[in-house]
Formats: sequence, C-alpha cells, structure tokens
Amino acid sequence: MTLDWSVFCKDTLTGEAAPRCFSFLFGMDPNADPTYLDWLFTAWGWTLSVAGLSLVLALLMGVMIGTLRTLPPTNVLNKVFAFLGTVWVELFRNIPLLVQVFLWYHVVPAFFPVMKLFPSYLLVSIALGLFTSARIAEQVRAGIQSLPSGQRNAAIALGMTTTQSYRYVILPMGLRIIIPPLTSECMNLVKNSSVAFAVSVPELTLFAMQAQEETSRGIEIYLAVTGLYVISAFSVNRIMAWIEKKSRVPGFIAPSTSGSH
Amino acid sequence: MSNKTIFSLLVIVAGFISAPTVSAQQSTLDKMKSSGAVTMGVRESSGALSYTLGDGKYAGFHVEICNAVLRDIQKQLNLKTLDVKYSPVTSQNRIPLLQNGTVDIECGSTTNNATRQKDVAFAVTTYVEEIRIAVKANSGISSLNQLNGKKVATTTGTTSVQLLRKHERATGVNFEEIFGKDHADSFLLLESGRADAFVMDGSILAGNIANAKNPGDYRIVGEVIAVEPIAIMMRKDDPSFKKAVDDNIKKMMKDGTLTKLWDKWFLQPIPPKNAKVGLALSESTKQAWSSPNDRPAEDYQKK
Repeated sequence: MTLDWSVFCKDTLTGEAAPRCFSFLFGMDPNADPTYLDWLFTAWGWTLSVAGLSLVLALLMGVMIGTLRTLPPTNVLNKVFAFLGTVWVELFRNIPLLVQVFLWYHVVPAFFPVMKLFPSYLLVSIALGLFTSARIAEQVRAGIQSLPSGQRNAAIALGMTTTQSYRYVILPMGLRIIIPPLTSECMNLVKNSSVAFAVSVPELTLFAMQAQEETSRGIEIYLAVTGLYVISAFSVNRIMAWIEKKSRVPGFIAPSTSGSH
Repeated sequence: MSNKTIFSLLVIVAGFISAPTVSAQQSTLDKMKSSGAVTMGVRESSGALSYTLGDGKYAGFHVEICNAVLRDIQKQLNLKTLDVKYSPVTSQNRIPLLQNGTVDIECGSTTNNATRQKDVAFAVTTYVEEIRIAVKANSGISSLNQLNGKKVATTTGTTSVQLLRKHERATGVNFEEIFGKDHADSFLLLESGRADAFVMDGSILAGNIANAKNPGDYRIVGEVIAVEPIAIMMRKDDPSFKKAVDDNIKKMMKDGTLTKLWDKWFLQPIPPKNAKVGLALSESTKQAWSSPNDRPAEDYQKK
C-alpha cells in the first residue's frame, strides 16, 4: 500500500498537476483553478468558523443557564428561572446532535420562514451551540454546587445581593474548578462540528467525502483531514491549559499535578 | 509514563499501522460455492434503478437485473440454494465495501469511469444516463445558463459535483452549490425551496419526482450536461465472475428481457406509490445494449 501525496497538488477541475500546490498565502499568485490542498485549507477555515461561532454561543448560554439552575429558591422569580434552566438543559440534552441540526435546518424554518434565508452555517452553529450549552450548563452547576455552602452563606452575611454573591464569590471559584471538563467540552465542540456536512457547510468532513470520491485516494485525504482535526482540537486543549495556569489561585484548589512532565 | 510503557504503546501502534495488507481474495464464484450466499449492494434512493420499499426490501431496474443474473449463475454452478442478502450502500462506501468483500456485487447507480476502473470492474453498460436539471415548474428556469446567482443542489460524493464545477468554470455562470447528503436529501432541498435546481442523473430526478408529494410541481429541463454509462460493479481481478455476469446480461440484452424490464420500471407504475417514472428508452442506452461494452465515461465524452 503506497501513499501518493501528490493528489493534493492536483487541480480540482481537471485532475492534472497544478503549477503551484498551495496558492493560499498572501503574496502568492493564486492558481487558475484551486488544487485539493487549497480546498483542504478552505474547508479547514469553515470547520474553525463553525466551531468558533458555536463555542461563543455555547459558553454564553451555558454559563448563564448553569447559574440559573443553582439559584436559591427564596422567591418566585428564582424558582421560575431555575425551572427554565432545567427545561433548557433537559430539552437539549435529550435529543441527538444530528437530529437537532436537522430540526434547526428543516423544521424550525418551516415555522419561521424568515429563517430560510439564514445561511446554513449559522443554523448549524446555533444547533451545535445550544446542544453544547446544555452540557456546559450542567458542568457549571456541578462546579458551583461543589463549593462549600459556607461561601454562599458568608456572602449573604456580608450583605451582598444574590447577583453580587455570584459575581464576586461563587462564580470566580466555580468556573475555575470546572476548567478541565470545560476543556473536554470545547474539544468535543471542534470535533462535533463535523456534523455540519449534513447541511452542506463545505467543511473538512464534506471535503473528505467529496475529494475521496473524485480522486479515489481515500487514505491520503482522510489522513490529512484527521491530522487537521487533531491539530485543531489539540490547540484548543493547549489554550485551555494556558488559561488554567494563568487563572489558578494558589492554595484554593487542591494542588494540581503538573500535567505530563 | 515510564519508558517501558511508552515503548510498548509505540509497538502496538506500529503493529496496527503495518498490519493487514490486502490478502489475495478468492474469486466470487468460489465464495458463492463455499458459502452458498452472496451479498448484493443496493441503494436506498437511486431513482428507479435501485431503491428501498421499506422494511428491508429493495426494488429497481438494476436490482431485478442482478437478481436474474444471480439466479442464472446459481443454475450454472449447480448450487441447490443461493441466499441473496441485500446490503444498502452509499455513494461514499460502495467501492470500499466492494473491495473488502462485504458486498460481492453492487447493483445501484454507479457511473463507469476511468478513475473507478482502477479500483473495481464494471459489467457491460446497462444504462446510459444523461445529467439533467430538475426545477420547480413555476420557477421559469429552462437552462443551466439561467441559474446565475441561484442555488443549485447536488449530492455529496457523486460525479455531478465535479461536473458542475467544471461547467461553472467553463461558461462563467456563477451559482451557489448546496450539497445534500444523499439524493432524497437533495430533492428535499429543492422541495423546501432552499435550492432552485437539483442537478443529477435524469433517472434519479425522475424517480424522486415520481415519489414526491406533488409530482406535477416539478420539471426536468435544460440541455444534457453530460452523458455517463451506469453499470453494475464487481471486484477487480475476478475474471470468472465478470465473465459470468457479462454473459448473462448480454443474453438478456439479446432476447429482449432488458427491453421488457425497461418498460416495467420506467414506463409503468412502480411501487411503493404506483407512480410512473415516464423516462423513454434513450438512443444511447439502446446503442449500449446492441453493442455491449464496459467503456468508461471518458470515452463517451470524446464523441
């Protein structure tokens, strides 16, 4: 089994070798027709865009909903918010991701026709973001509830309102505690972005399927796509590790092992 | 992690990478004799050529040809029983499944072209396909050139995608491509209005329109974008099986069975909805039947 890496220098229209393999960088003359390598990097850009957009949505909604679920049931408003949080999490956790993507792409625009004009990557980002937000909400809830009850009580004893107690006491520590599972969730989000192929976002998985069909060199194509997914997910991992190190409060959390060294 | 753990992990990974090279596969006829079974690869929504009736049942022009060929081979091999199993395949996995032995003969809507002939073998061409456009009747589109600025749907993993790209480049018409994950999905894009046109083989267009909620809402229009031979696929380097299949198909071409099958699947009402596909036998298909060959699509373009 020999690997023929020259497939990436082939022109996507005619299948012949193109003059330059990679015409994407600034200052280089673009090829008349894109090569498979050009297409690979365009597809990678789409994957990162969908993942990035979903990540923003997931983090915003996830932290908000997770916080809502931990509100003390002292008044009616808190109870309503907590109930809404529960509904949100249970709704988005109980439906498979691909089904949610199809719901947002086919079903919801049937009820709100204005959504038919949304580009498909936006609908996929919404679907992926909301799916992941339910999982992040549960992790945030776990982080907050793992704090000793004395923290919340001390904040109230100091005269802080609920909002202030969350802002200054509970959330800073709670969010630091959950950075490891949050890292997993962010990496999962990058990998789950591959479901976007089902609604015609031209990202890496769709590139792999189409290029494999056109060139019949499936192994090289899939190896390259796998490599790019690994690089993307691992970069997210390293960024989160840096955030963890920078935000560590000495003495508050049990001494963490120093990673792989 | 100690050095020993790292080393043993590396050995295991290296083992996986270097492990199985493709061992010589026994010929399909021998496999049929020894196991008494054969697996037919079928499609779930490829027009009238090969589609599912639900509940694990499959029907279609190519499915019936394959069934007839396999029955004939069973008689020729003097096998008491031959269990024909159906295995649904997709545009993506039809060739790998054929190569690794999961499927022995693929009876769907696969185009015979030179690139694929490097990996698999094709039986004599039983159907010559014309790539056309399906649009909504009230859209007023009648040619590919009117699609400037519009959305065109096609299915991932098919030859139509590359054809559209070449056409776009050649004529300068600028349209936006949307990819459905399979033919039914691409037709849904047209149906729901997300795409203005669906470019695919004429028979798949006709089959999907026939099964749609309101078939009268759609038209197949425009010039023929490309002509492609569609054939039944088999493993490469298996000359005995190819000869058996080819001989049986040629027999059906000569004695008029294929014409009767064409009438049955393309001109008469077909299950599950008893809708008529309404595709007449084209000149190119008639010619392929009168002089049986397994020439690839590139030869057809040279004309």
